[in-house]
Amino acid sequence: MIDVNVSLSRWPNRRLPLDETSKLAAALKQNGVSEAWAGTFDGLLHNDLAAANKWLVDQCRSVDEKLLLPIGAINLSLPAWEEDVRRCHELHGMKGVRLLPGYHDYTLEDARFRQLLSLLAEKHMLLQIAVRQEDPRTQHRLLMTKDVDLKPLMTLLGDFPTLPVILLNAVSSSAVELHGQLAAAGKVYFDIATLEGLAGLERQVQSLPSERLLFGSHSPFFAFDSAKLKLEESELPAPAREQITHLNAVKILEELC
Amino acid sequence: MIWDLHCHLNGIPGRTPDEKMARLIEVADRMQIERLVLFMGAPFLIAPTPEQFREQNDQVLQAISHWHHRAFGFVYLNPEYLQESLQELDRCVKDGPMTGIKLWVAKRCDSASVDAIVRRAIDLKAMVYQHTWLKTTGNLDGESTPADLHALASRHPEASIICGHTGGNWELGIRTIRDLPHVSVDLGGGDPTAGLVEMAVRELGASRVLYGSDVAGRSFASQLGKVTAAEITPEEKQMILGQNLRRLMSPILQVKGVRL
Repeated sequence: MIDVNVSLSRWPNRRLPLDETSKLAAALKQNGVSEAWAGTFDGLLHNDLAAANKWLVDQCRSVDEKLLLPIGAINLSLPAWEEDVRRCHELHGMKGVRLLPGYHDYTLEDARFRQLLSLLAEKHMLLQIAVRQEDPRTQHRLLMTKDVDLKPLMTLLGDFPTLPVILLNAVSSSAVELHGQLAAAGKVYFDIATLEGLAGLERQVQSLPSERLLFGSHSPFFAFDSAKLKLEESELPAPAREQITHLNAVKILEELC
Repeated sequence: MIWDLHCHLNGIPGRTPDEKMARLIEVADRMQIERLVLFMGAPFLIAPTPEQFREQNDQVLQAISHWHHRAFGFVYLNPEYLQESLQELDRCVKDGPMTGIKLWVAKRCDSASVDAIVRRAIDLKAMVYQHTWLKTTGNLDGESTPADLHALASRHPEASIICGHTGGNWELGIRTIRDLPHVSVDLGGGDPTAGLVEMAVRELGASRVLYGSDVAGRSFASQLGKVTAAEITPEEKQMILGQNLRRLMSPILQVKGVRL
């Protein structure tokens, strides 16, 4: 199983049971995860993202280089953010970067976002956009953020047909119709961490093709079992299940090369 | 043994309550959920008239009518219509098969009309499920906070009261109702945030923590995962997943002659 949505370090206003890298790694392995794409919660509020990303890489290496695949944090509001992208790619050999626009005060209409897409396409890297990190209703009142508006993506995707864009925590937090349009317009994927509803995956594959769904747990902020049990709650054909649990993720990485 | 405290018909595919119920049971079986508590019909109505809440309760009565070995019902009331609510409570609980009361967002629970409903619930040994949320983004006008529930529950120490959604902002909800041993918390209906169950068990004791899903708005999976992944003992998980609800419901089930 490949989990495309995990994070290391500390959540800003709460200790989490698995917020030590070694504990998280052990839990992932115990649950049959062979590879997890790991961002860092430090990306939410830190300004020195070069240090945060270096720490992320060191943490991934400290447990098992094959288990944790570092995904660097990029903040387009910071000066010289392009240098962070360069370091993620050249220095750390990262396969992709993660944006947290809700915490960084820009929208996807921003010209810098288009620049980033160009850079990533040129470097053959994937992009993760965290559409939300936490339900707005439970956020700390001094850390309130809105879900990322995905509509501007529609007009950009056509120019970047080979760039994989993975929307994290997007399901259930934005319009279902838009998801289908985005998936048709580009190489857009969705993880299942925030998927809800009775037998939610059975319903989801009716509106989004299974080749665009990825297993993501949003651990350690969410309980890992919540994502895992969704695979039991829904009856899916074996090929669709395999696509979601790992084959789609494998294909994304293969096509980057 | 898994008993789910918090299920709805709304959002389940099916033209009738019977069809929705069959689908609900089918998926519950996949997750080894033995018993379900249902309340409210479809669609959701935040301020139902007496006619509307009777119709909603009829849907639940119909849905559980073939599933008494698997499902219970709580009667949905609107305290804005006190006399009609008390009559409906008698119809569905005293004279019918339902075992508890569901109060949602029509009126904040720190009000005299809710006192009257709770007093009647005590007489009938019915559980009282009160939705609570403390939303960072702001509550609905009639939406109760954990503090509202604390005020209500303080006046009724003999009642069996459930703090719905653990107050939503659960770190605050747990603190708010901590000193009231007759108040339990429902884990359902919020994101599967890690640490919720651990804090609830630490601060309230496992005996006051109840698994509920809030299906079909939520999934069984996301809500069960909160408990199965929690860093608590297997015995505490068993209590939360079913034993506590069975214990709390036992008095009214005995009155009704229901044998488990």
